[in-house]
Parts: sequence; structure tokens; C-alpha cells
Amino acid sequence: MANKPVKVYSLSTCSHCKATKKFLAECTVKYDFVDVDTLDGEERAAIVEDVKKFNPKCSFPTIIIGDKVIVGYKEDEIKEALGL
Amino acid sequence: MMDAEELYQMLKKSQEPKGYYFNKDLERVFDLMAALLFNKERYGYMGCPCRLVSGDKENDRDIICPCVYRTPDVEEYGSCYCNLYVSKEWNEEKIPHAYVPERRPPEKILL
Repeated sequence: MANKPVKVYSLSTCSHCKATKKFLAECTVKYDFVDVDTLDGEERAAIVEDVKKFNPKCSFPTIIIGDKVIVGYKEDEIKEALGL
Repeated sequence: MMDAEELYQMLKKSQEPKGYYFNKDLERVFDLMAALLFNKERYGYMGCPCRLVSGDKENDRDIICPCVYRTPDVEEYGSCYCNLYVSKEWNEEKIPHAYVPERRPPEKILL
């Protein structure tokens, strides 16, 4: 398995985000995440702009695996992007 | 202060007769009940736990749970965006558990 960087834009309260993080952990995949609801002010605005670049709907989770963007907890797509 | 069990019982009583059932995955449901109570505490209203809540109640009226998108989502996919409220058929696995895309216009996300 190639070690692609994995980044998750998530919300601390969101069920799909929690499922995504749990799945990545189960797959022993290292990932970075940011719970956007825990940010405010300029910090939030900057991250929201980042999310919108990947996913214009700005919905969560938005998952970046290498150069692939996956919107929502889609296990098959995540696995494929990870080469699992 | 209401707890997750009380909220669950209250909503079950009011929503099931309308045809909106809780997901049979109760662990997930109770997690979402706790998230709704957390949002009530931090924002003053029960904004959708699966969406970025602004803190501006007027702006977020559409995503105060149950959100306005629940009706078309349950109609089309058998489930709301969060997989909290579902149809009977969804719970009985008579219809596929498809991904529910976000219907809320991104312009509603206030910064």
C-alpha cells in the first residue's frame, strides 16, 4: 500500500465523520483531520474556503486521499483510493 | 436539562406517527441525540450535527433538526442526510442504503 497523505475535513458531532475516522483507524491508516465546527473566526473561514475548493457543497466529511477527493463516508471509494 | 434518553423518547413519540422512524442502529441514534443536545447547549438550538452550524439561528432555521431537507431526502433515499430519521422500508432493508447527498445550498454556510 502506497502511503498517500490522508486528510479529513470533519465535524466533531457528525455521525458520518465519526464512521470515517473509525474506518480509517481500523484500516491502520494514518490521517490528519480538522473538526471544522471547533474552529471560529478567521481560522474557520480559511478552512471553509479550503473545503469548498475540494467540495463546493462544503459538506462533511470531505476526505482527501492523495489527489482524490471523496465526499461523504463512502467505504468502497475510500478503500479504492487507499489501494486496499 | 434533558438527557439523550428523554430526547429520544420525546422525538420518537412525535415523529413516528408522521412516518419518520429512528435508524435501527440505536448506538448511532443515541450518539446523534447527544450531539443534538451538545449543539443546543453551544448554539442555543438543535442544529444538524452533520452540518456546519453558524450560531445564527435565523440563518440556520433550515437545519434545525428535523431539518427541512428531511422530507425530500426520506422520500428519495429513505433516510435523512444524517441517517437519523429513516423510513420503515430503509430500516427493513427493503431499499438500498444509498449515500444521501447534501441538499443545502452552500451559500447558507455563514462564516
